[in-house]
Amino acid sequence: MTESLEEFLIARRGMGRPLLVPYVTAGVTPGWTDVVRAYADAGADAVELGFPFSDPMLDGVTIQEAAGRAIAAGTTVKGILQEVATLDVDVPLIAMTYSNLVVQQSTAQFCAALTASGLRGLIVPDSPLEEVGELADAAAAEGLDLVLLAAPSSSRARLREITERSRGFVYALTRMGTTGERGEIPEQAARLGRELKGLTDRPVLFGFGVSNPAQAADLAGHADGVVVASALMRKLLDGARPRELGEYVASMRRALD
Amino acid sequence: MSWSGRQGVMVPAARAMSDPGATGRFGTYGGRYVPESLIPACHEIETAFREAWSDPEFHGRLDTLLTVYAGRPTPLTPAWRLSRELGITLFLKREDLAHTGSHKINNVIGQALLAHRMGKERLLAETGAGQHGVATATAAALLGLKATVFMGERDIERQELNVLRMNVLGAEVVPVTTGSRTLKDACNEAMRHWVSSVDDSYYCIGSVMGPHPYPWMVREFQRVIGEEARAQCAAELPVGVPDYVVACVGGGSNAAGTFAGFVDTTARLVGVEAEGGAAATFGRAGVLHGFRSLVLQDEDGQVTEAHSVAAGLDYPGIGPEHAQLRDGGRARYETVNDEEVVQALLRLARTEGILAALESSHAVAWVIRAAESGEIAPGSTVMLTLSGRGDKDIASIKELL
Ligand SMILES: Cc1ncc(COP(=O)(O)O)c(C=O)c1O
Repeated sequence: MTESLEEFLIARRGMGRPLLVPYVTAGVTPGWTDVVRAYADAGADAVELGFPFSDPMLDGVTIQEAAGRAIAAGTTVKGILQEVATLDVDVPLIAMTYSNLVVQQSTAQFCAALTASGLRGLIVPDSPLEEVGELADAAAAEGLDLVLLAAPSSSRARLREITERSRGFVYALTRMGTTGERGEIPEQAARLGRELKGLTDRPVLFGFGVSNPAQAADLAGHADGVVVASALMRKLLDGARPRELGEYVASMRRALD
Repeated sequence: MSWSGRQGVMVPAARAMSDPGATGRFGTYGGRYVPESLIPACHEIETAFREAWSDPEFHGRLDTLLTVYAGRPTPLTPAWRLSRELGITLFLKREDLAHTGSHKINNVIGQALLAHRMGKERLLAETGAGQHGVATATAAALLGLKATVFMGERDIERQELNVLRMNVLGAEVVPVTTGSRTLKDACNEAMRHWVSSVDDSYYCIGSVMGPHPYPWMVREFQRVIGEEARAQCAAELPVGVPDYVVACVGGGSNAAGTFAGFVDTTARLVGVEAEGGAAATFGRAGVLHGFRSLVLQDEDGQVTEAHSVAAGLDYPGIGPEHAQLRDGGRARYETVNDEEVVQALLRLARTEGILAALESSHAVAWVIRAAESGEIAPGSTVMLTLSGRGDKDIASIKELL
């Protein structure tokens, strides 16, 4: 795998099916790397790894709880990266974490460490366009795709800039709110998907509140695919094994195809 | 310049404590580290605040409410007996006498007027000691707005009286059960809630923290403390300006408002933090709650829990402008421990008949220590902002005695 996250996702999209990116909080359980393997085996196009932070501003109760568990278990950035380096999966891995972890040494060092461990992408939800300059440069210098978020509240001018500056894909938020499972998909999601697709050829993926296969399929109709986090993490926190999580991802895969 | 001191030497302000501009930067600190979803709201608030702040009508309304409702100007009281005991001249800026019992009302009336002007229906707030929550509930009632206040479960236990006050005022108090169950977690929860209710809700932040324009806006609303104190000192003191200006620091709003009145003078500015929540002393640069500043955190960047006998100082960060003032050496930050604080509270109560908040007692504790150790030279003049009254703390004080 020598191509970038974006090249990989564009190639996958070219196969004519929606993209599916499941999430796991690194360190949430001792066997969390098996969860990543199970996702890949179940047909994930990439896997998002949450690097746990004590104060996850944009996360709902489930991911917050997962992060709390991971931190209590002694999870560190260095530890995650060591485990990631041993992961031999054939889909790209994307880190998701908050600014405070990124700026610890320097953004350049953080990006270099991610790349050295084989990660291809990075999402920092509390780093909007205003604050992203140095990080975007550091990521680009390392060949790491920095994924930017687009929100239902973003103006058209901001959406344009986000689609221009995002790398890998554009992360479209289905709703104004935090991560977490929800009953229905709001109308604003479809509108945001249409707008983003009109602005860019880059893959556009929906995230936040994608809770079941039917929803995933519905949303994928408005963009290029979905990121699924809380629904999977809820199962994991409730004791599901990697194999069961893989089966759930496989059921989403079938619904999308 | 408004001050007409007699012999005091003026220090050029070097743009200290001014408008941080569109990026909201105080040196390398500040900024706007929030999710994309909240960016339009931050822009909207900044625009509304800039307009309001240059609108004489807004100032007129604010000044009127501060006068006829909040009880401003608050007095500058000489601490006669304590001064004699310490061999200094100590003046107390009496924010404890403001309506609702602390300086928090200055900021909240300002922000509530702004929210009203923006057409918002509800105020969201986080609170530690409950003073900001009470102020928010009060201003909401005054202007006919709804109020939802997030408060850590632990603080709810410690500050029962303030929870009751908020309820009586018609506010909804939401217990926060995550993390340390104190102010830091209440901030997280308020931020999360704001993301999902930004259309009709205004987030009324309680200190000089959060994303731009909050640290600047809150300081401007608290500037009234420093400006009044400056004019009062000019009238009281032979040299017009005190040698020391001291205030306690949680997020740092009463200190920022106080310092803003003296930053261009020769006064030495001292912020006093709780030993267990001393971000200016033990923190490292980081990003928390939407801004870059000094933060208490472990090696890996996980934010650590602050500990203080005063719920309002249980915060692991410090306002970004304080970080800049510290780095530039214009202000210094000191720490005191819980034991010193309780002793200071008792001493002030028994020498002056003033029951100060545990938060404010941090500033008193440092002045006592520094005067007794000779660090503050005998004969010096000290202006201390007494940020609030201790009624809310009476149950805690009972436990501590
Ligand atoms: C009486 C009093 N003083 C001080 C503080 C700390 O706030 P700040 O540092 O923003 O002035 C609080 C906060 O609750 C308070 O209630």
